[in-house]
Amino acid sequence: MPLASVRVHPSMEPPNAMSHDRPDDAAKPAPLTDTSRRRFLQTAAAAAAWSAAPHGEAKSGQPGAPSAALPPAIPARSVRLTVNERDYVLQLEPRVTLLDALRDHAGLTGTKKGCDRGQCGACTVLVDGRRINSCLSLAVMHEGQRITTVEGLAGNATASPLQHAFVEHDAFQCGFCTSGQLCSATACLSEFAAGSASAVTDDVRTPPSQLTDDEIRERMSGNICRCGAYANIVAAVRAAHEASA
Amino acid sequence: MDAFSYQRATDVNSAIEAARQPGAMFIGGGTNLLDLMKGGVEHPVALIDITRIDTLSQIATLPSGGLRIGALVRNSDAASHADVRMHYPLLAQALLAGASPQLRNMATVGGNLMQRTRCGYFYDTAFPQCNKRAPGSGCAALQGFNRMHAILGASPQCIAVNPSDMSVALAALDATVQVSGPRGARTIPIAQFHRLPGDRPDIDTNLQPGELITSVDLPPPMFSDHTHYLKVRDRASYAFALVSVAAALQMDGHTVKTAHIALGGVAHRPWRARVAEQRITGKALDAATLREAAAAELANAHPLSGNAFKVGLAQRAIVRSVLTAAQTGGTA
Repeated sequence: MPLASVRVHPSMEPPNAMSHDRPDDAAKPAPLTDTSRRRFLQTAAAAAAWSAAPHGEAKSGQPGAPSAALPPAIPARSVRLTVNERDYVLQLEPRVTLLDALRDHAGLTGTKKGCDRGQCGACTVLVDGRRINSCLSLAVMHEGQRITTVEGLAGNATASPLQHAFVEHDAFQCGFCTSGQLCSATACLSEFAAGSASAVTDDVRTPPSQLTDDEIRERMSGNICRCGAYANIVAAVRAAHEASA
Repeated sequence: MDAFSYQRATDVNSAIEAARQPGAMFIGGGTNLLDLMKGGVEHPVALIDITRIDTLSQIATLPSGGLRIGALVRNSDAASHADVRMHYPLLAQALLAGASPQLRNMATVGGNLMQRTRCGYFYDTAFPQCNKRAPGSGCAALQGFNRMHAILGASPQCIAVNPSDMSVALAALDATVQVSGPRGARTIPIAQFHRLPGDRPDIDTNLQPGELITSVDLPPPMFSDHTHYLKVRDRASYAFALVSVAAALQMDGHTVKTAHIALGGVAHRPWRARVAEQRITGKALDAATLREAAAAELANAHPLSGNAFKVGLAQRAIVRSVLTAAQTGGTA
């Protein structure tokens, strides 16, 4: 591997490097930045490049051959994201996913990284009220949009009815998928209220009249629970729906 | 993920211009592209973000009475659009059968057409052999795990299948794909949009370099009442099809006036079942006629070591999907 290709992925950052500002309760806060984190990363990157050098040289084969041309590094740029009604100005390379921006740059670690490939739903967040997989989306593409993470579901420090229902129905075991389940279920209920059909709806031409358990299972199928708490998740979603109906 | 530059296009012309730079790719929903980039399969040097081109995000009725679905309309928005649900229920059913709600909220109609195969050997760069990923390297799936692979239209170079559900419905509905490129705009019938692998499995579609899909156009509605999208898969939801069947009928009593049938999960492109269509058109619909028509459609199937089950499964799926379409309307 040529030396210059050594890169430090944000996930390599130790947890204690999160020295940047975080949201607080102060009224009218300035946009939050992640400059101190960048300084750490630059140092870490230099260290990683130095320590990786012998290995990189050993694997480069043909001594004296010109090293393979690599595309120049793409500098980070200021990206303004609105998360849970707070503005964050983050220094991000274009390749940083929304998930990594939230967790590693904005310090909002409620959103979880499960598969990182769009197959498990642990990273589900709401963008302009719609649920998406934040792992398969670039942060830079979400400027100007309203992002809601699990940290933003509760209003005034009061759990949402759905969050209450998850507690009431014991809708989790290890909890790793729960923030994604909660964001997904929040959108699931609003989609049903808007009349959307699903793959188990009898006739897609008319809105389904009832949010049956089959409908809930189909509509929540983008969120995998390794512990298998599905029965209680369905019960919690059903309860929250019935309470709001 | 390798580094790349990022540009946001605001209109079609600037997007096409930006895409002239070597190594550039368009990004819409990104659900497949970013996955492939993370896996080291795709290596764009520049990404042209087309999601802010507002003119491509609309659904509008055409003068012909058909429907134009902008290339950037999200799969979920297409599926929930009133005109799609009422007049093209087959498309709504197919869209809702694909992926998960989260992915459907991201994935665009144009991007869905550009989805690449889910062949595990294409995705996993630990396998050096994949003619689609590395032309000339061979096909690891031929002698490998090929349970999900093609039974129709494959070549010795590639046995991968197209994974899209939406495209199967579009094939049955005779959609057209509108594209713009450095040489202007043109229309590609859906039947000519996706390719069979032949000796160039690295090329999935007949899009030319630099061309951008601007919309998918549907002809005036013919199949509002008798449609069915049947998707057979390993789990009840959120999985790719082993076999799927889009069936759209015009019925005259018990007689089939018009039949459009397309199969998914069996070939490198959506497979229009014209043999089966001909066999049932003008005939009273019954299971025996359908079984015979389905058998004729699959007569030239070439199963692999791991997917012989697909031949029978596809036939039974045709029978059930067409019968269901005849009996009911708009059911998924």
